[in-house]
Amino acid sequence: MTGWTTHTGRAVSLPIDGIDTDQIIPARFMSQPRSKGYGHFLLHDLRDDSDFPLNNPAAKGASILVSGRNFGSGSSREAAVYALVDAGFRAVIAPSFGDIFSSNAVNNGLAPVQLAEEEVNALHRALSNRAMSVSLDIQKGRLTLGEIEFGFHLDPVWTQKLVEGWDDIDLTRAWASKIAAFRSADRAGRDWAWPKRQAKDTAH
Amino acid sequence: MTTRQTLLDKLWSSHEITRRADGVSLLWVDRHLVHEGSHHAFAKLAERGLSVAEPSLTLAVADHYVPVRDRASGGASAQIRDMISRLTRNADAHGIELLGLDDPRQGIVHVVGPELGLTLPGLLINCGDSHTSTHGAFGALAFGIGATEVAHVLATQTIWQKKPPVMRLTFTGRLGPGVSAKDLALNWIAKLGADGARGHALEYTGSLIDGLSMDARMTLCNLSIEGGARFGMIAPDATTLNYIRGRAYAPQGCALDRAEEAWAKLHSDADAGFAREVTIDASEIVPIVTWGTRPDQAAPVTAAVPDDAPEALEYMGLRAGQPIAGTPVDQVFIGSCTNARIEDLRAAAAVLAGRRAQVPGLVAPGSMEVKRQAEQEGLDLIFIAAGLDWVSAGCSMCVGMNGDLVAPGKRCASTTNRNFRGRQGPGARTHLMSPAMVAAAAITGKITDVRPMLAGREVA
Ligand code: SF4
Repeated sequence: MTGWTTHTGRAVSLPIDGIDTDQIIPARFMSQPRSKGYGHFLLHDLRDDSDFPLNNPAAKGASILVSGRNFGSGSSREAAVYALVDAGFRAVIAPSFGDIFSSNAVNNGLAPVQLAEEEVNALHRALSNRAMSVSLDIQKGRLTLGEIEFGFHLDPVWTQKLVEGWDDIDLTRAWASKIAAFRSADRAGRDWAWPKRQAKDTAH
Repeated sequence: MTTRQTLLDKLWSSHEITRRADGVSLLWVDRHLVHEGSHHAFAKLAERGLSVAEPSLTLAVADHYVPVRDRASGGASAQIRDMISRLTRNADAHGIELLGLDDPRQGIVHVVGPELGLTLPGLLINCGDSHTSTHGAFGALAFGIGATEVAHVLATQTIWQKKPPVMRLTFTGRLGPGVSAKDLALNWIAKLGADGARGHALEYTGSLIDGLSMDARMTLCNLSIEGGARFGMIAPDATTLNYIRGRAYAPQGCALDRAEEAWAKLHSDADAGFAREVTIDASEIVPIVTWGTRPDQAAPVTAAVPDDAPEALEYMGLRAGQPIAGTPVDQVFIGSCTNARIEDLRAAAAVLAGRRAQVPGLVAPGSMEVKRQAEQEGLDLIFIAAGLDWVSAGCSMCVGMNGDLVAPGKRCASTTNRNFRGRQGPGARTHLMSPAMVAAAAITGKITDVRPMLAGREVA
């Protein structure tokens, strides 16, 4: 994955609270291999409505989604993030996020940018019925849209992962020897926590 | 020694390998449960040429996509069959034990883990499914993770996690007849909101919790996530130990003695501090039903539909002010990791016995073990005589991945955990409620207060 620090792209406003992961990607699409791309599943069942903001021609090519409270609440399905990423999104801006969604997002180069509710509402007003360009600097924690400029805080490790394009496995490599030491101490001290594997029942 | 530790403190410190400057801990994972949906994670490992670090701490279970009827076909569509065989291939390739379609121990991963004695107090349990919080009922640190994290656990047997503050939820009083753990859960979620416990670990305590069975505790912990908490926990006690002893993978002999010694310490110290405290007197709680498209949009069955969520009401085809009871339903579903354990089936059967359902419905036990037990008790005959379909174990209509869907616009009384738009199928209207309440809805064909229907009946 390639990392990023700054991004300028078209933002689209989806002023709905509680867009959960079942809406972001309905479960019936999740058996598809990722290689085919998940972008066209994004918010699939909401898109039947021609007034839906993402169907607006001005939203074409948008890479920043501004939404409502509790974005991405619900299931742990990372496919919700795949749908956003494959549709070209680099950041979602909302007053709050489902927390599994946020960590999934960061592992896939999608920034979950949390702003105060009034700030998000200001963005919705600025973006109502038109798509405008928004600039993000995740290292500085700065968002600009025309005259509007907001600061935000991103967890420093999330920032590092987004900037380096790392996921957790890359980060954890540095701790291999500590993990090995913990494992052997644990086997000795908590033997009950290690399941006895039964001999495989040959009857079935 | 430090005193004044919470249960979470104790669980956390026994798994913490290191903590970064930003406060995020690297934790050891004792059990990792994978299912068909974990294929993205296995693909990620393959992409990087990595192997599974601890196959013996990993269990693969086919549940999300499995057919619950006609197992011999292997699934309704080629795509579904492919999902199941992909899990089999990945489990085989990495030496992971698999409970596949034809395994007598197969079932929903959160039902099977406890049943096999793989779920124990004091363990850290991960699964790529948000309802992993179910296992917290044993005093385990259990939480759902995303596919990248699943790949991480597969590759390293560890997980990065920030320790959350703890919210203690104390339940006092007693549950009235016909009121269950599901009603308790929907009650607190409705009270505090779908993000009411956001960012917190939840510890359930109180005299009422002490008296709950493990099945009921699992229902409660299962739903923690619907109130925004990532963990739900109950300190282990005699009820927990009785449940665990003698299970296939549970420790035995001296190992069990050592385990029980360790488990006896797994409770919040008397003077431990909590970030938030909420107390609920359960005596007032009546059976609860969701009317909207989020689990917190729930109200007593005796109430009217509120008027604060017009979009949800439009989707649900309800009018503000109309009584919730009396709303006609098209079908019912009894199943899922929330409410398909043996006690749930007994509660539904107690209502259905000797009665006929007015609407079609599906009863999908949580595991094949639950299915056998139910059949031993004759519950299957009650469901069948009532006109409901008695099928095999799997997630089924909880999420519809196996093709068991609620048709657009149809209304389903369901024992599941999510009434999100489209969860049970595009346009499906889901009302969450307890197994007894679903049984009542089946018999009357509408949302109904189950309590009068229990008169003169033996209630499990
Ligand atoms: S029964 Fe439903 S909630 Fe439980 S694991 Fe299956 S899909 Fe998830």
